[in-house]
Amino acid sequence: MTSALPLIVDAIVAWLAIGLLALVPIGSGFAGRSLFVAGALVGLAISVIALSGIGGVAQTMVLPLGLPDLPFHLRLDALSAFFLVLLGGAAAGISVFSAGYFHASRNASPRLLCLQYHVFLAAMALVLVADDAYVFMVAWETMAMASFFLVTTDHVVPEIRRAGFLYLLIAHIGAVAILLCFGVLQGGSGDYTFGSMRSLVLTGAWPSIAFLLALAGFGAKAGLLPLHVWLPEAHPAAPSPVSALLSAVMLKTAIYGLLRVTFDLLNAQLWWWGVAALVLGLLTALFGVIYATVQVDMKRLLAYSSIENIGIIVAGIGLTILFKANGKTLLSSIALAATLYHALNHAFFKSLLFLATGSVLHATHERSLGKLGGLIHRMPWVAWSALIGALAIAGLPPLNGFVSEWLLLQAFLFTPTLPQSFINMLVPLAAAALVLVAALGAYVMVKFYGVVFLGRPRESHLAYARDAGHFERVALAWFAIGCVALGLFPGTVIGLLDNVNMTLIGATVGQAGDRWWLLAPISPDRSSYSPLIVLLVIAAVVALTMQVVHRWYHGRVRTGPAWDCGFPMQTPRMQDTAEGFGQPIRQVFEAFFRIERVLPSPFDAAPKYRVTVGDHLWQWLYLPVMRAVELMARFAGTIQQGRISVYLVYSFVTLLALLMFVR
Amino acid sequence: MSATGFLSQLLQLAIALLLAPVLVGWVNQCRAWLSNRSAPPLLQPYRTIRKLFTKDAVVAENASWLFRMTPYIVFAAMALAAAIVPSLATDLPFARAADAIALVGLFALARVFAALAAMDIGTAFGSMGARREMFVGFLAEPALLMVLFTASLISGSTSLPTIVDTLAHREFAIYPSLAFAGVAFTMVSLAENARIPIDNPATHLELTMIHEAMLLEYSARHLALLEWASALKLFNYSCIGLALFLPFGIAEGSADWLAILGATPVLIVKLAVGGFALAMIETLSAKLRIFRAPEFLGTAFLLAVLAMLVNLMLGS
Repeated sequence: MTSALPLIVDAIVAWLAIGLLALVPIGSGFAGRSLFVAGALVGLAISVIALSGIGGVAQTMVLPLGLPDLPFHLRLDALSAFFLVLLGGAAAGISVFSAGYFHASRNASPRLLCLQYHVFLAAMALVLVADDAYVFMVAWETMAMASFFLVTTDHVVPEIRRAGFLYLLIAHIGAVAILLCFGVLQGGSGDYTFGSMRSLVLTGAWPSIAFLLALAGFGAKAGLLPLHVWLPEAHPAAPSPVSALLSAVMLKTAIYGLLRVTFDLLNAQLWWWGVAALVLGLLTALFGVIYATVQVDMKRLLAYSSIENIGIIVAGIGLTILFKANGKTLLSSIALAATLYHALNHAFFKSLLFLATGSVLHATHERSLGKLGGLIHRMPWVAWSALIGALAIAGLPPLNGFVSEWLLLQAFLFTPTLPQSFINMLVPLAAAALVLVAALGAYVMVKFYGVVFLGRPRESHLAYARDAGHFERVALAWFAIGCVALGLFPGTVIGLLDNVNMTLIGATVGQAGDRWWLLAPISPDRSSYSPLIVLLVIAAVVALTMQVVHRWYHGRVRTGPAWDCGFPMQTPRMQDTAEGFGQPIRQVFEAFFRIERVLPSPFDAAPKYRVTVGDHLWQWLYLPVMRAVELMARFAGTIQQGRISVYLVYSFVTLLALLMFVR
Repeated sequence: MSATGFLSQLLQLAIALLLAPVLVGWVNQCRAWLSNRSAPPLLQPYRTIRKLFTKDAVVAENASWLFRMTPYIVFAAMALAAAIVPSLATDLPFARAADAIALVGLFALARVFAALAAMDIGTAFGSMGARREMFVGFLAEPALLMVLFTASLISGSTSLPTIVDTLAHREFAIYPSLAFAGVAFTMVSLAENARIPIDNPATHLELTMIHEAMLLEYSARHLALLEWASALKLFNYSCIGLALFLPFGIAEGSADWLAILGATPVLIVKLAVGGFALAMIETLSAKLRIFRAPEFLGTAFLLAVLAMLVNLMLGS
């Protein structure tokens, strides 16, 4: 399609218009519901437009906006289109959910919220189509500011204000790194359009500096170690649809930026960049998943799980760079396809789970895992969809999380002999680490799902929990169907991803044969996986077994009290709590955590046991930096006297110094 | 996909379903002999399963649909795994649908469902069992995958029939990478099948149970299916081990049903020897404390990684 880009621009304008419309007081009530639904339709439209434009040639556009002589350059290529599909698809579902969720907001004005929400969406879409550093930074900062206001929706709570401030701080550390990265990329030409950066060939250490700045800058936004600390604070602070948007889409814009700089703006990649990204990504993934196992707040748990998934994605990018730098384009394209596939999957299942926690929060006003339980009976709709999300994120066949992990493992496994011999040793170890992350991911999800939805309610008021409303149900179903579809038809998805592969790598994964039901990247003799057949066989065996058992024997069922080895007096509090379920992992990985224990003495009248699990990096990195900043501030404070005569002397001395040295 | 392939596929699946309880019976018999007890009959597991099928299922009051669906799903996952592990033939149409990585995924699927169902009733033992099972699983699963990776690096494929074909046609020798992988695989199999150093299939002592604690609330046909599924799991692990480390006597290429019937006695002999070895290991070792399990499985994981590195370094 030739006119995809103008349509995308129209859609961005439509989102902004919806945001502004929210401010217009129509009648006395709030028109948010219909506005959010309209926003969802715009998201769907963006998805469809981008999907139709993904195979076409890159389109460019110049908008006469902004400062004089600095028009907006926009461009739509396969990479932008893929991330627009992701953005549109996730935004469509999340907006529908928001329509049901935000109608009874307590502290914030819903009108303002609607404005911020749609500005956030529009800014993210603009980031994806920006074609010069100027537009990119404007959109990037708009995105950061809009999301800051969304995170601090409940700004009356001091912790939420603190979380928002931390987020803003790290977002700006990242933004400075990105700005410097673009400064390096323009290479002294003074031309900040991406087109000129593409044609420019940097020499010496400059490409490496640009890559490392991009890794730091986009890594701060994505939640890579050690700049991840904002993520577990900001995600629980935000309202659930906003958490979903942050986790599902905003983290992906950082991935987009990293891919754009590494594979598009830089002409050649060095192999050690790949090693750096691979190691950093795997460390982040391990860190995220180990911390997720010990969380007791359901949104914090999901936030750490996002860190894990971003780690996996960045490890995939590292592998792509490593292969591409060594000229193994086929493997490189498999690794990139796995990376993009995982990004898309993560957008779907993480949205689903965050929205499910939103529904739980809505129904129970409870975020602590230790006070939930048994919701599968009261909230079947939410429980069903959350089960699909949890199984998908745990990487189980035949759902979507498994496909991307499978592809990534294939890329690891078929490492041919690379010229750097120690890398040949590193890659299997990295595969082992990845498998460990995946297995722990399943642990986290059993904990999350089991504690929230299964078992008996741990608090009596949970018996009055009501299932999600219509809007919420539609949104949950949208993401659940997405998870299943992305899992069952990998061949079709890979076909789309090959467009991006062609643009960035210059090679495609290439399906062996054109059997859409079979995923076989190189040849079916080498590796193949068909989720559809797996699902059909499992369903057939289940149905057959049921028939046979019921026909030959009987289907009688009696209900009775739980057996539990005959122990009487079972109370719901005897079930595993979130702490209890995570305890083995906490014990095994004790060195990873900063654990503070308060143990009761045998003589306490009211014994209390308390254990808090913290992050070493706060102690090792953030607090020293904070103290250094405070020290410098105190030093600067001595200069500041507060008397005008002193300041006049400063100005006078400065003037003299300038006159002397600068002629 | 040929018609004979499909037939041999169904034949292999049927034989696996039938042989699995017998294997468990055989291991129990060997265990009894080795500890000087009088042995139960070989077909005792069948009698138990039949008895359980005829009983009324008692389901706890607050069980959800997940609890009642899980036995069927676990059984189906294990049956599919039995269909793709080349135990009798390598011409398996279903093996295209799931390679070695997907096989491990299927085991994980069964484990996650069993753990979720154990948490569904909301009893102390159920959630304890679920927690411990996932705890053992998170170390055993990577180790198993590493063993399979070693085999697929040798054969340049993750498809199980191709791996078996490659391994069966190598010169007979002791390969260092496979030796390491074999030890790792044995350790993982013991842990995954709830065998003695990690768990004890005969125990009902509350605090030591892992697998049994998860099945505590099940009765009648649900329990029968789960027992059958765990017998199938033992059978599958045995067949994976035989296929990787003793890949001889498996009908190759587009075999007809006669070749499969010829391969069956070989499999039975191999399984009998393997079952006896398992009973030996169980009799000679003592159960580990639950927090020693990570050391045991960590050793298995390291051995498996070592096998992979040895394979890369020495090329064998």
